Amino acid sequence: MITNAAPGGRASSAPLVGRDAEPTLFELSVPGRSAYQLRTTGVPARPLSELVPSEHLNPDVIDLAEVSERDLVAHFTRLSHRQFSVDLGMYPLGSCTMKYNPKFCDAVANDPGLASVHPGVPSELSQGWLELLATLEERLCAITGMAAATLQPAAGAAGELTGLLLIRAYHEANGDARKRILIPDSAHGTNPASVTLGGYTVTTIPSNERGLVDLEKLKAELGPDVAGIMLTNPNTVGLFEEDIVEIAQAVHEVGGLLYYDGANLNAILGAVRPGEMGFDVVHMNLHKTFATPHGGGGPGAGPVAVSERLVEFLPGPKSVRQANGSFEWVRPPRSIGRVHGWHGNAMVLARALAYIDVHGGDGLTKVSQHAVLNANWLRKRLEKTLPSAYDRVCMHECVLTATPLKQQYGVRGLDVAKALLEEGFHSPTVYFPLIVEEALMFEPTETESVQTLEALAQAIERIAQRAVDDAEALLHAPQTTPVSRVDEARAARNLIATEDAAQR
Amino acid sequence: MANYLPHTDEEVAAMLEFLGMDSMEQLFDHIPAAIRLSQGLDLPQGMSEPDVAAVFATLTAKNKAKASQMTCFAGAGAYDHEVPPVVKALGSRSEFVTAYTPYQPEVAQGVLQAIFEYQTLVSRLSGLPIPNASLYDAATGLVEAVNMAAGATGKSKILLSQGVHPHWRETVRTFAKGTGYDIVEVPLVDGVTQWASVDSTDAAAVVGAYPNYLGVIEDMAPAKALAESTGALFVLGIDPIAASVLKTAGQWGADVMIGEGQAFGTSLNFGGPYLGLFACTEAQIRRLPGRIVGETVDSSGRRAFVTTLRAREQDIRREKATSNICSNQTLMAVTAAIQLGWLGTHGLREVALRCAQSAHHLHDELMKVEGVTALSSQQFFREFAFRVPGSARDLLRFMADHGVLGGLSLAELNAATPSAPECGSEDLILVTCTERRTKEEIDTYVDLVRKAVTQ
Repeated sequence: MITNAAPGGRASSAPLVGRDAEPTLFELSVPGRSAYQLRTTGVPARPLSELVPSEHLNPDVIDLAEVSERDLVAHFTRLSHRQFSVDLGMYPLGSCTMKYNPKFCDAVANDPGLASVHPGVPSELSQGWLELLATLEERLCAITGMAAATLQPAAGAAGELTGLLLIRAYHEANGDARKRILIPDSAHGTNPASVTLGGYTVTTIPSNERGLVDLEKLKAELGPDVAGIMLTNPNTVGLFEEDIVEIAQAVHEVGGLLYYDGANLNAILGAVRPGEMGFDVVHMNLHKTFATPHGGGGPGAGPVAVSERLVEFLPGPKSVRQANGSFEWVRPPRSIGRVHGWHGNAMVLARALAYIDVHGGDGLTKVSQHAVLNANWLRKRLEKTLPSAYDRVCMHECVLTATPLKQQYGVRGLDVAKALLEEGFHSPTVYFPLIVEEALMFEPTETESVQTLEALAQAIERIAQRAVDDAEALLHAPQTTPVSRVDEARAARNLIATEDAAQR
Repeated sequence: MANYLPHTDEEVAAMLEFLGMDSMEQLFDHIPAAIRLSQGLDLPQGMSEPDVAAVFATLTAKNKAKASQMTCFAGAGAYDHEVPPVVKALGSRSEFVTAYTPYQPEVAQGVLQAIFEYQTLVSRLSGLPIPNASLYDAATGLVEAVNMAAGATGKSKILLSQGVHPHWRETVRTFAKGTGYDIVEVPLVDGVTQWASVDSTDAAAVVGAYPNYLGVIEDMAPAKALAESTGALFVLGIDPIAASVLKTAGQWGADVMIGEGQAFGTSLNFGGPYLGLFACTEAQIRRLPGRIVGETVDSSGRRAFVTTLRAREQDIRREKATSNICSNQTLMAVTAAIQLGWLGTHGLREVALRCAQSAHHLHDELMKVEGVTALSSQQFFREFAFRVPGSARDLLRFMADHGVLGGLSLAELNAATPSAPECGSEDLILVTCTERRTKEEIDTYVDLVRKAVTQ
């Protein structure tokens, strides 16, 4: 048992200077100030009125902001100090894999030899990029056990919809697009939303008392109109779908395909691959498993890998290695077409390749082992305070429940999550998956030390003790953060989405 | 070999013991043996950071089109604008870079307020009151706009000008396979959309581009009138630099504005990550795709920001959501706010003016070259297409050999889209000038064309 939580990575030491609101860029603006400097070009100056027909010119000057460079730097630096991040402290947001993002990968991608290349140049002028993309595709296929991949989708949800369009193209090529996609009730919300956009209807499959897909109920829903099933494995309660081989057989028997939501891929690297499980389509969230930074909500990248039977339908153009060792853009013969304006979030792809190559096969295997070890250690460490929704070995994340605290003291999962902010930790994911009451989903990731996990556990124990001593105070947490709980109802009732709406 | 895992061997052993286990393997015992990987992953051995850096250096060496080797005259939605060190420094602050979606507003005011400022700027530039917090890029933004139009009208015919970027049109067609929309492309003549040529009954959306992808500043009144006459939504794709001086989407009566925001502080990045700009009228609020940040107060009455109107989103509405988007392009949106703060009211207008001046200078000089003609006789803003005697590809190759990225072959850009017949022709080049192109560089460009043409 590790009891030393002293060096444990809490962010509660972060200095915050004062509690005032930061003015907006527009409030800082003073007419006549400016920060910009442009290149001296020597191009003959001509007035806009000579270049653009007057009926096309906006009679008004659009007011942006007028600030000095010094004020600009101070403003965005102060904003950055009002923001929690992985670099600041532990971010156990379940399902989001907020692991440490190696600075090396950023540095590699930001090299002007990659970042300054225009996406529309002929392939002979961007061979380095084409080789990078083709290599990443090979690596991702090796990791997932699939035959080929597209790197175009810009995020996981875009990958899901791409995958569903591939499934549709496959069935249409066989003369029947089919109608339904099966989804477990524990699925991410993006799954059903993507199904609708893919032109299918959702059939929800209930989970059983073990937190897994109910195999019998699944089989009862199968039929010739089922285009496929979308599964996350391990699923969103952090458990491996142990019946996966049987599920795959049953779905394939009725001619359906299997879609793997790779949101939880961080659990299984080097242990098991979607290909062996029987999946036909796999999307990966490179910003999760392969440690590319989340950017405050993007950019991500959601490549989609497929089994042999779907290769010819992949989006194009894609970079393909030629016999002579060079690379060319190639459109698969029955391609569904583009799913992105260019080649996907290329800089994110470059970071992911750097991450994969630093780790190698053994390193990635170790990543998942440590992620699973951390999640299980935390689950067991907290079992007396926040019991597991399903009391058994989990994968890379654990779903705990605040139901006992709610029943005894009226303290909900949300209150625990908010109080954790005061303790210097980001909250876990709350109220997801929907099938678990008062769910608190913790994903510690492999990059947090056991001392940090212990510090988190002790923080949660302190919160539980506060529930006993003064539950009312917990309902008002957090108080030490830049703002306290915000009035979400007011924001929705009276939408103020811009400074101009605020001024009205 | 990677070195980002903190646990010592002793700690691993102690943690396993705490779990009543004696090996890592036991953690995976519940996975059926038949599908377990017995040999590990078939990947190269892990390397140290400096060793991987050396591999990447061999890749970057093969990118001949990088800025240090080539002067960029290529555009088509991806522009070589000035991004100063101050914007790069602020945009790469790790608090913005390593956060995620602001689910806990108490510790995410930094990103939330930056998005609020971004939304304000997008709203002002579009002339529309309801912006969102960003989409992936302009192509996927157009897909969302079309979905919004179909939802608003209950119809499924999309009238899409061929002045819209060919890649965006192709992306819309791809996603229309799921939603079953009928995409009707409206042809160009002399660079101008022939709206009168289409049957507009039952249209859900009328989609134009301003300026269009050939650079032409089209009159948008016919498109607006068409949308109004059929009850369709008018979707306008804009160039955000030109938008600082041209009539806004709102002034043209657009219901939805989409645009490629890469020009606001994001490098060329080989096409991504970019930034999908999106704004609409108040009438479409409930159909807004993606996230939106709203102002509110905290429990002590202090101004605060929070993601709002969440009931539209996929994690709550599931199969009935307005969009499936979850991660968007927040970091690019924050960067855009920083870049626009740096440029300010007058700086952005100055950039727009200089782009137009340089492009017109290039155009006027090129037209003096024997055998070179403009594709369109219409007014353009900062981009135009021209015809050369012979193959555009050969000319571009010749220029590349002399350190000039001379633009894009229109035939290549249109490789997968039915288009105005002349745009598929092999002798057309689409070229642009940003504020970074000097007179000297432009003169070199023209000299190279002259040399190639007269050879």
